Amino acid sequence: MIERKELTKRFGVIDPLSIEDYINHDGYEMLKQAITMTPEAIREEVRLSRITGRGGAGFPTAIKMNSFAAEKGEKFIVCNADEGEPGNFKDRYLMEQDPHQIIEGMLISALATGATYGYIYIRGEYRKAIAIMKEAVTEARLYNMLGTHILGSSFTFDIEVRRGAGAYVCGEEFALIESLEGKAGRTRVKPPYPAQRGMFQHPTLINNVETFCNLPFILRIGGAEYAKIGSEYASGTKLISLSGNVRNKGLYEVPYGRTIREVIETLGGGTNTGRPIKMVQLGGACGAIIPDELLDMDIDNERFEMFDSKMGAGAIIVIDDSHDLFDIILRNMEFFAHESCGKCTPCREGHIQLVRLVRKFVDRVATMDDYISLKSLADVIHETTLCGLGQTSPTSILSTMEFFHEDYLDRIQNNKEVRP
Amino acid sequence: MDLQTILSKYPPQPQYLIEMLIDVDDATEQHYVSEDELRTIAAYVGVRDSQVYSVMSFYTMLSTTPRGKYVIQVCKDVPCYLNDDFNVLKTIQDELAIGIGDTTPDQLFSLELTACIGCCDEAPAMRVNHETYTNLSDEKVRSILESYRSGLL
Repeated sequence: MIERKELTKRFGVIDPLSIEDYINHDGYEMLKQAITMTPEAIREEVRLSRITGRGGAGFPTAIKMNSFAAEKGEKFIVCNADEGEPGNFKDRYLMEQDPHQIIEGMLISALATGATYGYIYIRGEYRKAIAIMKEAVTEARLYNMLGTHILGSSFTFDIEVRRGAGAYVCGEEFALIESLEGKAGRTRVKPPYPAQRGMFQHPTLINNVETFCNLPFILRIGGAEYAKIGSEYASGTKLISLSGNVRNKGLYEVPYGRTIREVIETLGGGTNTGRPIKMVQLGGACGAIIPDELLDMDIDNERFEMFDSKMGAGAIIVIDDSHDLFDIILRNMEFFAHESCGKCTPCREGHIQLVRLVRKFVDRVATMDDYISLKSLADVIHETTLCGLGQTSPTSILSTMEFFHEDYLDRIQNNKEVRP
Repeated sequence: MDLQTILSKYPPQPQYLIEMLIDVDDATEQHYVSEDELRTIAAYVGVRDSQVYSVMSFYTMLSTTPRGKYVIQVCKDVPCYLNDDFNVLKTIQDELAIGIGDTTPDQLFSLELTACIGCCDEAPAMRVNHETYTNLSDEKVRSILESYRSGLL
């Protein structure tokens, strides 16, 4: 058994729109338990669990939570449901299949930190998820899971569902906060971090949908037990969005420690074309592209840092040998050129130039000078931009320069202008 | 829904700008926000017209120019591309004879590209207004367009 269904255990079992169904499948039990605990005790369980953020950056959830808990005054919790990274669809499923699990996770976070109001920011394209989450919030209020004196306690918390309007960059925490404030989604300079000064300058705890969904699970089995799931590098389960040239595309929940190959071969059933795998892109458009030989690595964040990349939010995009490496990179770069918010010059102007340079490789007219420019520009964007967009967008270029170096050399040597 | 009804759903605060703009776009058959509407919204939340325009122009779902009754958005990202063995975009262009960003002369369809819409497990995918269509094939795309044309959808 490769899969371990914890966050997805109610998928297909309950009616997502029925709070009764959720309650009958141990829903809101952990909210009740959390109400009886001190904030410190809840945060201690989170610390023991070793859980890291599931939105892509993999920051330890407990550190963020503790620093937010230390802040005073009116504080907000934001659920980042602006899932826009190509290849990812896990948050859509979490919202469409089990919306109350998210609400319960936000409530536990609020109890642990003293926040009194929350927002769920959902990308505007997810029309169905928006409708379901709004309905779930309304139901939760009727059942006194949200509002004042929740379940007869002194705890007060409410949630508002907000829509994005089509901007990938709003998945970045400060861009998202700007968008929540009704502005164009352009990031802010850090520090201060959102936990200190976020929405309307108030301390704001912002986490990914999947991160919140883990909190009821952590309390149910205890942080120490949770920490035993997975590997020494990362604990818990991870939702994997599997797509591309693979037989069984879909969403899978697997404990950390499993390998990429296991997910592709055993769960995914290999390529749907019967052709060999040429490459796999991890995390999405912002992730590394790796060759078949590296697929025996496991899916943990830490291990991926060895080539300065991460598993991101858990997308695995399988690409067979009928596809051209540079064609795929070009599509990634066109995506970022369109999605750059324009605040940082290297990102705004740089991606336009990256597209131009990569197209030369696609068209077989690239020279060694183009290769050097491509490398240098990718490094500059990676190192000099404010937010995660520019910091990660050149990864498909930088990783393939390492793992598919021959392909680059081949294109340069077989330049059709030099060797028609 | 008219503009005043939409505005009355929200407190007069700039933080609700995007919500209002999406609602106006939805409520208008031509899926856009007119200059008059933009000015009214700006006055309602108490910001300059230029601030509303800056928001409008930042988000790809919002438009300041009229579009077709049905806005078709084809996913252009890698997971759909890898599963697109017949070319969704070309099929639509064949059927409608318009380019990307254009609207048919009868104002029925506009054709746009979209970033990933999170349907990679059922790729290739597209949206028509707010309806998502997945596992597309050449025949399926043509029949969806026909259904909209004949008013069945």
